[in-house]
Amino acid sequence: MKTIFLSISLFFLSLSLLFAQENNQANGVLGLKKIPSVELKTLDGKTINTADISNNGKPIIISFWATWCKPCVNELTTIADVYPDWQKETGVKLIAVSIDDMKTSGNVKTTVNGKNWDYEVLLDVNSEFKRAMNVNLVPHTFVINGNGEIVWQHTSFSQGSELTLIDIVRKVAKGEKVN
Amino acid sequence: MKHRYFLLFVVLCLFFSINLNAQVVDKFLQNSHISGDFEFDGMYYNKDSLIGAPDVPQKALMNSFVNVNYTNGPFAAGFRFENYLYGLEGYDPRYKGVGVPYKYISFEKDKFTVTVGNSYDQFGSGLIYRSWQDFSLGYDNSLNGLNVKFRPWKGITLKGIWGLQRFYFALSPGVIRGGDAEFSINDIFTKLNNKNLRVTVGGSFVSKYQDASDPVYTLPKNVCSYAGRASISYKNFSINGEYAHKINDPSAINNRIYKPGEATLIQATYAKKGMGFYLAAIRTDNMSYKTDRDASGSDLNINYIPAITKQTTYSLPAMYPYATQPNGEFGVQAQTIFSFKRKSALGGKYGTFFSITYSQYNNIDKQKINDVTPIDSTGTLGYKSDFFKIGKEVNYQNFNIEFSKKFTHTFKMILSYFYINYNTKVIEGHDLPNIYSHTGVADLTFNINDKNSIRTELQYMYTTQGDGSWAYAMVEYTIAPKWFFSLSDQYNYGNPVTAKQIHYFGVATAYAIGSTRISLNYGRQRAGIFCVGGVCRFVPAANGLTLTLTSSF
Repeated sequence: MKTIFLSISLFFLSLSLLFAQENNQANGVLGLKKIPSVELKTLDGKTINTADISNNGKPIIISFWATWCKPCVNELTTIADVYPDWQKETGVKLIAVSIDDMKTSGNVKTTVNGKNWDYEVLLDVNSEFKRAMNVNLVPHTFVINGNGEIVWQHTSFSQGSELTLIDIVRKVAKGEKVN
Repeated sequence: MKHRYFLLFVVLCLFFSINLNAQVVDKFLQNSHISGDFEFDGMYYNKDSLIGAPDVPQKALMNSFVNVNYTNGPFAAGFRFENYLYGLEGYDPRYKGVGVPYKYISFEKDKFTVTVGNSYDQFGSGLIYRSWQDFSLGYDNSLNGLNVKFRPWKGITLKGIWGLQRFYFALSPGVIRGGDAEFSINDIFTKLNNKNLRVTVGGSFVSKYQDASDPVYTLPKNVCSYAGRASISYKNFSINGEYAHKINDPSAINNRIYKPGEATLIQATYAKKGMGFYLAAIRTDNMSYKTDRDASGSDLNINYIPAITKQTTYSLPAMYPYATQPNGEFGVQAQTIFSFKRKSALGGKYGTFFSITYSQYNNIDKQKINDVTPIDSTGTLGYKSDFFKIGKEVNYQNFNIEFSKKFTHTFKMILSYFYINYNTKVIEGHDLPNIYSHTGVADLTFNINDKNSIRTELQYMYTTQGDGSWAYAMVEYTIAPKWFFSLSDQYNYGNPVTAKQIHYFGVATAYAIGSTRISLNYGRQRAGIFCVGGVCRFVPAANGLTLTLTSSF
């Protein structure tokens, strides 16, 4: 009984935090969330801390994906076609975080090179960064502003979603408010 | 009881009424971040004995959770609240009720990161230790206790763990203690920072303790394991390997034999712009490692043995996936992906991509320990196995070739072929013949304009074994980035039993806004990995209406 009571109160507490958070963000009481600190490996075996991710004050896209996730591969392939234009226009950098575990993480390097992607790729083999960023399903995409704050996120991909994404990036690059 | 609540009330009042310096409060709040994610999966079930969907007495079932993380500079805390009222079909019935099975507090200070409560971690490739969680798979073996990371020097990471595992809404009977050290040679010595040759080495040790009082056998109460690994990369080439050893550990899984276990995993990659080659091999021998020697299935695993086969989300070839055989297996995978450049003869305007993957699993060689003792006899060393001798039985084979090309601004095509040889006897334990299947997939996307597109998936699987041949057709219409509609039918027209030549119709719609997504599916679902409307998840066999809501904040 006590456990149920405790659980239910925690549930409501978390929901109220959810809404409190939104209100507070609008009022600027709580700061915007920054990229949490998790240590991940790059494709050439270097270790980096995600809290150190930066792009000289320009926007960053963080896209969670997996080799076995068709919509994810579709999203990154679609963006790859226009990525040089996006970079030129907004200075944006895309970081593709693979959540493949040991079953398929070996296929990440072949996929990225074989598909000619020019993204920075990080390996999140035990979903640590995924959890810290509160990602449920892939693909899940974040836009980070020049101050390293998470200003926009979206889950799922369908053809044409990349246009919404670049619109957000343009606004962020100009320092405009998103939503 | 009442007194306690009153006391709590007074303390809270005091807390809020303390006159704190406004600037301190402001700074504290500015550094405070609360984030989380939420998922609700509810299903209304129709009885459908034809496809094996049982009559659900509760009619509707649900799983849901909320994750909440709070961070403030070096401090973090969080919890996950889970509901199973009652848990969805296909999940373990021990997922029942409500609770907070995951909670932690962590802080970073002086090169230390200390996490108290639940933690997830992996040593090396996980051959002796991996704690992880996947809600849609119903899997969670988080460690409840202590996790400490220490970085005394750039390039050196030391980890220590001590705790009990989560076991549904309870805890494991055995305790885990372990440590891991990793040395990134190029980071330790500044001279080597920018060399092309990069070397990382590591080692780990894990021990579990479980009490034992067997009347017949002397069982080891402490079972230790250790592993060593190295990864080397030079320009476009990289190779990494790990070897793990476990002392004797008689268990329900290995039929209580006293043989030590071992596992070896090697992966090599050559990749440069436009092409990649990958080769991997894994050999495991008696490597099931659990905090309860009587546990079965995937309960209470301490380590993780990956199945290195092609993972596909197309529904027909995904019907026959490989499952790791913890008592011993030998697997290989070879993959190449390459592209023909844009504006070349074969590349066309937008480039052309090919991928070829082959994987195979065999059993390991097993010989009798002496002339009179049969293989795997309880209380003996079980068997002898020659490391370099591969077993004759093929557990699994998978060959896939995929071609993908964007022809014009409005039309994209993926063609894929799969050959799968599935050893039913080994993988499912049923004494049935192997299933040899050939599957062709055509995945076509037409963009009507910037926001509207139609995607269609046509799949055909030919086999004379198992449930026989299948055909699948799906059409989805999306209005990016918010709306999604789909219609699908999976038809088991080749089932040798005429009454089982069934259509699996499905209708789905989804609405996504920001990081929130709501979807409704109606129809029959066969067990497997399903990708609908831009996301992938595991779904068990059922018939009915499913509502899924996910959100991150």
